[in-house]
Amino acid sequence: MDFRDTPEEAQFRADLRAWLTSNLPDDWTTRTPSVGHFDVDAARVWSKKLFDAGYVGLTWPKEYGGGGAPYPHQGIYLEETARIAAPDHIGGIGLGMAGPTIIAWGSDEQKKRYLAPLLSGEEVWCQGFSEPGSGSDLAGARTRAELDGDTWVVNGQKVWSSWAHIADWCILVVRTDPEAEKHRGLSFLLVDMHSPGIEVRPLKQITGDPEFNEIFFTDVRVPRESMLGQPGEGWNVAMTTLLHERGTLGFALTAALERQLNNLVRLARQPSPDGQVPADDPVIRDAIAREWIDLQALRFTNYRSLTTLAKTGVPGPEGSVAKLHWSETNQRLTKLALSLEGLASQLDGEGGVWDGFWQYQQLRSRGNTIEAGTSEILRNIVAERVVGLPRSR
Amino acid sequence: MDFAFSEEQELLRASARDYLADRWPLDRVVATADAEPSFDAAAWKELADLGWLDPSLGMLEHAVIAEETGFGLLPQPWFASVALAGPVLDDELSEAVGNGDRAVTLARDGDVTASSGALSGVARLVPDLASVTDVVVVAADGLYAVDVVAHPEGVIPLSTMDRTRRLGELRLDGTPARRLDVDLAKLVDVRRNALALAACEAVGLAQRALDLAAEYTKTRQQFGRIIGTYQGVSHRVSNIYVATQLSRSLAYWAAWAVAEGDAQQDAAVAAAKSAASEAAVFACENAIQVHGGIGFTWEHVLHRFYKRAQWLEAFEGYGRDHRAIVAEAVLAS
Repeated sequence: MDFRDTPEEAQFRADLRAWLTSNLPDDWTTRTPSVGHFDVDAARVWSKKLFDAGYVGLTWPKEYGGGGAPYPHQGIYLEETARIAAPDHIGGIGLGMAGPTIIAWGSDEQKKRYLAPLLSGEEVWCQGFSEPGSGSDLAGARTRAELDGDTWVVNGQKVWSSWAHIADWCILVVRTDPEAEKHRGLSFLLVDMHSPGIEVRPLKQITGDPEFNEIFFTDVRVPRESMLGQPGEGWNVAMTTLLHERGTLGFALTAALERQLNNLVRLARQPSPDGQVPADDPVIRDAIAREWIDLQALRFTNYRSLTTLAKTGVPGPEGSVAKLHWSETNQRLTKLALSLEGLASQLDGEGGVWDGFWQYQQLRSRGNTIEAGTSEILRNIVAERVVGLPRSR
Repeated sequence: MDFAFSEEQELLRASARDYLADRWPLDRVVATADAEPSFDAAAWKELADLGWLDPSLGMLEHAVIAEETGFGLLPQPWFASVALAGPVLDDELSEAVGNGDRAVTLARDGDVTASSGALSGVARLVPDLASVTDVVVVAADGLYAVDVVAHPEGVIPLSTMDRTRRLGELRLDGTPARRLDVDLAKLVDVRRNALALAACEAVGLAQRALDLAAEYTKTRQQFGRIIGTYQGVSHRVSNIYVATQLSRSLAYWAAWAVAEGDAQQDAAVAAAKSAASEAAVFACENAIQVHGGIGFTWEHVLHRFYKRAQWLEAFEGYGRDHRAIVAEAVLAS
C-alpha cells in the first residue's frame, strides 16, 4: 500500500502542472468561478492544445493517437486539472463513452477513422440511448433501423442527449429486429449527425440552459458498415459503454467534487454583507467537514477500484458506489453553499453572489441523481449484482 | 499509487477470518460477553501464538487484525492492549504482552497522583479494565504500570451496553506502581493509532452487519416473495454496502497515513474514525430494520454488533469532535 507517486508519476505530475500554469491565463487561479455557459469555440481551442501536448486519451492505445500510459496517469491528470480548475475537453461523451466502446468493439478501420479526431476535439460525439418511453429501461428502445440494400434507414426519437446540438457523431442504440427478444433485437450504430433527416431540438433544463437535446430521426441513411458489433449485439456493446461510464468515471467525479469543495471553502471564508464569516460558525464548519470527508471517501474508493483495475483489468466492485455517492454529495454540498448566502441565494445573475454560480450549480446537481443511471437503478445494481440479492424484476 | 494490502497482509486477513470463525463462533462470543469479565489466559495465549500480539507488527498488519476482530466481534482485550496501550508500553511489558503473559489497557481519564512509587486517585472509563492483567495509568508526572492481578481491589467493572468491551473505574489508594520510562508525548501516537484502528474495527462491524442483512433478506419471505426483492428493503442493504465501502477506503487511508507519518495523518484519522464508526452504527441500524422483529430481540446477535459500533462512535469523541478537527485543517489551509 503506497499512495505516493512513483518517480515516473511525480515527473508526469510536475510536467503537467508546469504545462497547465503556462497555458492558462495568468490570473486564472484568482478569478471568481464563473457559471461558465459553454463556449464551444474556446473549448475546441483548449481541447486541441491538450491533445497536441499529449494529455488527451492518456491510457488509450498509441496507434490510435492515445498516450499508451498506465491508468494512474489519468488519475493524476484529473487531480491536477481539478486542482487548478482547468477547463474540460470538449468531448466528454466521446472520451468517456464513445471512444472506449469503439476501442472495445470497433474494427481496425473504425478505430483509425474515429479515435484521432475525437481526441483532438475536431469531432464531438453525443449519445443516443434514452427515449421518451425508455429512460432507465434501455432494452425498451424503439428507434428502429431497417436495412435497405447497404444502408440502414433510421426512424425514431432519442432524448436526454447531452451536447447533441454541437455533435458531429452519435453512438446510437437502435432496434434492428422487432421480432427478437427485446435485448437481442438491438444494434449499435455510429451516426453522422450532419446526415439529412436528423433534427436536434434543445431541451431547456431547470437551470435554464439547453445542455440536453431531443434528437429526431426521419429516414436517416447510415452506411451498413457504421455499426459496432454485429446486428443484434447492440445490448452487449451498450453495456461496454455504460460499464465504462460507471467504471472509470470515478476519477472525473472526484475531480469535479474537489473543485466544488474548493469553491465552497472559498465562499465560506468570504464575509457576508453583515460582516460575519460563515467559516467561523461551528455548525457550518461541521457541515463543510462532512463534505470534505465525503470527498476523501470518494477519492480513496476510486483508488481502491483503480488498484483492482490495474491488477486484474476489471474495476473493483467498490467502484459501483462512486456515482451514487458523488451525486448525493454534490447535491448536499451545493445546497450548503446556497445556504451560506442568505436571501441573496435567490439571486441567480448579476448582483448575486459570484453572478449566480452556486444557483446554477445547485439546480444542475438535481440532474446528478437522474442522469447516467438514476440512484434507484444504481441501488438495484448494487443490491443485485454486488451484494447478490435476488432480482427485483 | 497502490491501494492494496500485500500478499502477506492478505494471508494474515484470511487466517484471522478462519481463526475467528473456528474458535470464536458467535455463540461463544455471546457466552463470553454475558459472563463476568475476566482475563482469559488461555484465549489470550492463542492470540499470542497467532502473532497478533507481536510488538514488531506494523500499522497495516494491525489494521487487518482490527477489521477482522470487528467482523468477528472478538471479546478479548486486543484493542486495549495493542491499539490503545501498545505505543506506550516499555520493553518489559511489550515483551510480556507479545508472548501472551500479560494483557494491558490504558487509563487516561482521571485524577491520579504519584508518590514514592505508589498511585492514588481515580481513573475513569477504562476500556476492558476487568479483562486485563495490567493498566498503564497516566498520572500528572508520567506513565505508571499497575498490576491489577496483584491489586484487584481497585478494579470496579461498570455496567456497559457493549458487554464485549466493558468500561471500568480504577480506584487507587497508595497502590504500588512501576514508573514507565516512556515520554508523555507518546500519547499523541496513542490517539492516532487508536483512532485509525477504531476505524478499521468499525469497518469490520459494518461488513458483518451487511453480511447478516444480505443473508436474511435473501431467504426471508413475506407476501409470497423473498423480501430482498422489495426495493424498500434491498435499497437499505445497498446503502449499507455503500457506507461500508466508503468508510473502508477512509480507514485504510488513515492506517497508511499513520504508518507513514503522512502530513495529512491527523485529518485522515479524524475523517476515518468519525465516518467509519457512524457507518457501523448506520449499518447495524439498517440491518436490524430489515430483520424486522427478530432483529430487535436480545436473542439475535445484531444488538451485540450495534453496541460495539456505538462504543466505537463514542470512543475519543463523537463524529462532531473529529469533524471540528477536519474543519480546522480544511479551512485553515
